[in-house]
Amino acid sequence: METIITSKVIITTAIPMLTAVLIMLSKNKPNLREFWSIFGATLTFFSVCTYLPQILAGKSFEYTYFILYPGVNIKLHLDGLGIMFAGTASFLWILAGFYCIGYMRGLNEHAQTRFYASYALAVGGGMGVAFSGSLVTLYLFYEIVSIVTYPLVAHHQDEEGYDGARKYIVYLMFASKAFLLPAMILIYVQCGNLDFAAGVMKGIFPANASKTIVSIAYMLCLFGFAKGAIMPMHGWLPAAMVAPTPVSALLHAVVVVKVGVFSICRTFLSVFGVEILSKFGLGIITAYLASFTIIVASIIALTKSNLKARLAYSTISQLSYIILGVAMLTPNSITGGLIHIANHAFSKITLFFAAGAIYVATRKKDICELGGIGFRMPFTMIAFGLAALSMIGVPPVSGFVSKWYLALGAMDLKNNILLIVLLVSSLLNAGYFVPIFLTSFFNSEVNLNNEDTGILENRPLIAFMVVPLFISAVISVYFGFYPELFLKIIKVLVGS
Amino acid sequence: MEQYLIFNKFSYPILSVVTFLPLAGAFFVLFIKNDRVLKYFGLLITLITTLLSLPLYTNFDLNTPKYQFVEIHKWFPFLNVDYIVGVDGISVLLVLLTTFIMPLCILCSWTYIKERFKEFIFVILLMETSMIGVFISLNTVLFFIFWEAMLVPMYLLIAVWGGPRKDYASIKFFLYTLLGSVFLLVSIVALYVTTGTFFIPELMNHKYSFSYQMWIFMAFTLAFAIKIPMFPLHTWLPAAHVEAPTAGSVILASILLKMGGYGFLRFCLPMAPQATMFCMPALIFVSLLSIIIGGYLALGQNDIKKLIAYSSVGHMGFVTLGIFLLNSQGIKGAILQMINHGITTGALFICVGIIYERTHSREIKNNSALGMIMPWYVTFLAIFSLSSFAFPGTNSFVGELLVLVSAFMKYKVVGFLSIIGAILSAAYMLRLLQKMIWADSTGHAHHDEHHEGDAHAHHLFDLNAREIVTLAVLTFFVFWIGLYPTPVLKIMDSSVSHLLEQIANGIKEVAPQSLHAANINF
Repeated sequence: METIITSKVIITTAIPMLTAVLIMLSKNKPNLREFWSIFGATLTFFSVCTYLPQILAGKSFEYTYFILYPGVNIKLHLDGLGIMFAGTASFLWILAGFYCIGYMRGLNEHAQTRFYASYALAVGGGMGVAFSGSLVTLYLFYEIVSIVTYPLVAHHQDEEGYDGARKYIVYLMFASKAFLLPAMILIYVQCGNLDFAAGVMKGIFPANASKTIVSIAYMLCLFGFAKGAIMPMHGWLPAAMVAPTPVSALLHAVVVVKVGVFSICRTFLSVFGVEILSKFGLGIITAYLASFTIIVASIIALTKSNLKARLAYSTISQLSYIILGVAMLTPNSITGGLIHIANHAFSKITLFFAAGAIYVATRKKDICELGGIGFRMPFTMIAFGLAALSMIGVPPVSGFVSKWYLALGAMDLKNNILLIVLLVSSLLNAGYFVPIFLTSFFNSEVNLNNEDTGILENRPLIAFMVVPLFISAVISVYFGFYPELFLKIIKVLVGS
Repeated sequence: MEQYLIFNKFSYPILSVVTFLPLAGAFFVLFIKNDRVLKYFGLLITLITTLLSLPLYTNFDLNTPKYQFVEIHKWFPFLNVDYIVGVDGISVLLVLLTTFIMPLCILCSWTYIKERFKEFIFVILLMETSMIGVFISLNTVLFFIFWEAMLVPMYLLIAVWGGPRKDYASIKFFLYTLLGSVFLLVSIVALYVTTGTFFIPELMNHKYSFSYQMWIFMAFTLAFAIKIPMFPLHTWLPAAHVEAPTAGSVILASILLKMGGYGFLRFCLPMAPQATMFCMPALIFVSLLSIIIGGYLALGQNDIKKLIAYSSVGHMGFVTLGIFLLNSQGIKGAILQMINHGITTGALFICVGIIYERTHSREIKNNSALGMIMPWYVTFLAIFSLSSFAFPGTNSFVGELLVLVSAFMKYKVVGFLSIIGAILSAAYMLRLLQKMIWADSTGHAHHDEHHEGDAHAHHLFDLNAREIVTLAVLTFFVFWIGLYPTPVLKIMDSSVSHLLEQIANGIKEVAPQSLHAANINF
């Protein structure tokens, strides 16, 4: 694997950060502010795309910027895993940029400069995580994401907002200080180095590392990256749903939670390595922990009648698919897990976008109030249906590809319990998504307190929201038919 | 004697100039009547001192643990007391910290101090001379003279320009520190009686019996533990911090506390290595207590200054922990953490001073919801608060990381326990930030009960250029050390290795086998 040393790899991380500065400078100029947001997003996406051909050719990029102490480097590194996350997140930022216009203007939200600036900073932090070349760099950007998303969660500045935001920051900060920091130091004391290893088989641990230390460090990492929302570190995610819906959509379905699972995957593969994890039997323990989260979160999702809360628990359960895939440690399962980072992102953002569009158009949050909404907002609900199919894992939508590889992985392991978990969870997914869809089309129409009775989606601001969400749903379907791009990237990463 | 020293190669006595220029300035201050001129004169003197101290950094020889820029003059020949000054990799950093902090102390008092300005500048300059003197003395008598010389100006800073309970705070400060000084004096005299010299490097090289080491160690430790301060001798600190004017708090936090840590490194460790090894578990335990209790107390404070004062106790706990773990990472981390604390906590006290000038309150609840009104202020406040709880990329992260690495290398339990301190510091700092930046849930900020309504408009204007410059300087250091700490670590490198060698030799030569000498870990 060839490594290209270039200091330019920081550009992708820097663009969103600079965008935030431009947004702050364009205070009181809403049009300019929104322009910067979309412009920055597009630029970020293109800068990620420029790396793609070489990544597919098996090369990687890296640069060491600062040396804090021997072995503790601030270093960026881009490989297949990183580009998949960075590409997905930056592309969805473009869609979210348009969506935000509709949502924020539609609701006449306050403090929009702060909102857009924090939004850009959060994406920048996410890019930094995707590009991290060492555990300490990962930790740096991970913490930046925690801090800059606080204003987004507390956006409404009412009691509910502050409570949610407090829970959010307490969970994330506590986990990272209490688990991640000691994990990082334990790893450093053991290995004398925090840089990620190239490839996924060998980690950075010396061959004679003691099982106890490795296991402790491993568990601390698993729970320390609380953004991955593995139970019991999941409580912040439903609490964070007090945020405006574009935040829930981009951040709590794509950037923040994916930062969590990405960090977990990255640490498992490039710090511990497949060999050491299977040697000490740590993978399978994680697989069971993830399975537990998948099932329990799905069951809780069934009980939620608030649409966003249901989506939040669905996210918790879906994130654990990714962890499950990586934890099974077979090439197929790792493929299934990693590809789900992208697949879940496209589908889940559609669902959140739909929830937000419905809220702006009708001010309804509860599932039982959505009767007949399908006829008023057909595009929204069709997109919602497609995304829900993806979540359930029905072909040909992209979620099917993930489940397919996960199931292959479970069969490789000859582990029937994990297969049953996949099956049961799919049924549970169906159980909490299908009723929403059915209600929206087949229940009698609830009075929407609206004078006009026609299609709601032809209003300009609503259209700003519906078009992006429809695009993301279509992409979901596209990747269900043609998953080659991601499969190729992962193949380069995982090797044969 | 020369084996320890590298003489000053400059054409002028650089250390003496840096030390005594503020004193000379203080003398001229007495003849200036105009407050405005006084301000600029004080600033000028401290800035010149800063500039003059820069060659100490640029010309510092990184490859030797010897004392550099040394000057020797006969002083009291009959007692064998010489005027010897010099710096090594540990003290030069503290000298530079002092010379960089002092101009900021004058800048942050620009409008804060309203009465007795002449005396104020006089006292500040006096402080600077005596503080630098402590760090550069290579002679215990000289050290003690400077150490005592700090006491009165600091007392005056609190007692004259302090808050409502200044009498209580200043007397408490005075008594505690005086108690420490007595023990210091006793040890210095005892060492002289045994060895016949006041020269610090020779005192370090002398071999003492174990019981003698224990006595010396106890006395020194008590003196320095009060200064740094370690739990349970910390109670003077919050009182002094809360009542002191901004400049006093900054000096106290940034420099005075460091003298405790410096004392441990200069006296306790090299002169009484066996006693250090013997007491190590106890001191590690006390350090952990300081970390956890300091953090826990900070969590409950409603007064911003008190919160930061208790956070200092916790941070200094990390310093003593690093020192007494007795390995390279620990001691380097401790020294770096002293510098970091000087920068970050100094900056936080300046921030408190800035807001106190506007709202006349140090209560968190009277200073809430500043985010929309003072964006520059909260930006700086956020940077320094993040730095205070060791956010990655800031200075304290590197220091804390080194101390924690050292703890995990040696005793994993100690490492995990000190993590509690890290969690607590994130908790109280984020709590402070949340309350100061964001309004409460009713959307109403409780500013100044007396001026309800348009209080914001009257008092709360954002930072002016002077304040921005003051904080920007410190921000620069936060990120410099946070991202590129190598120059700082290099400066202390050979001195720390030498210190560890001294301890290792000290233990090897006379140590009975029963002492856990095997524990020493490089």
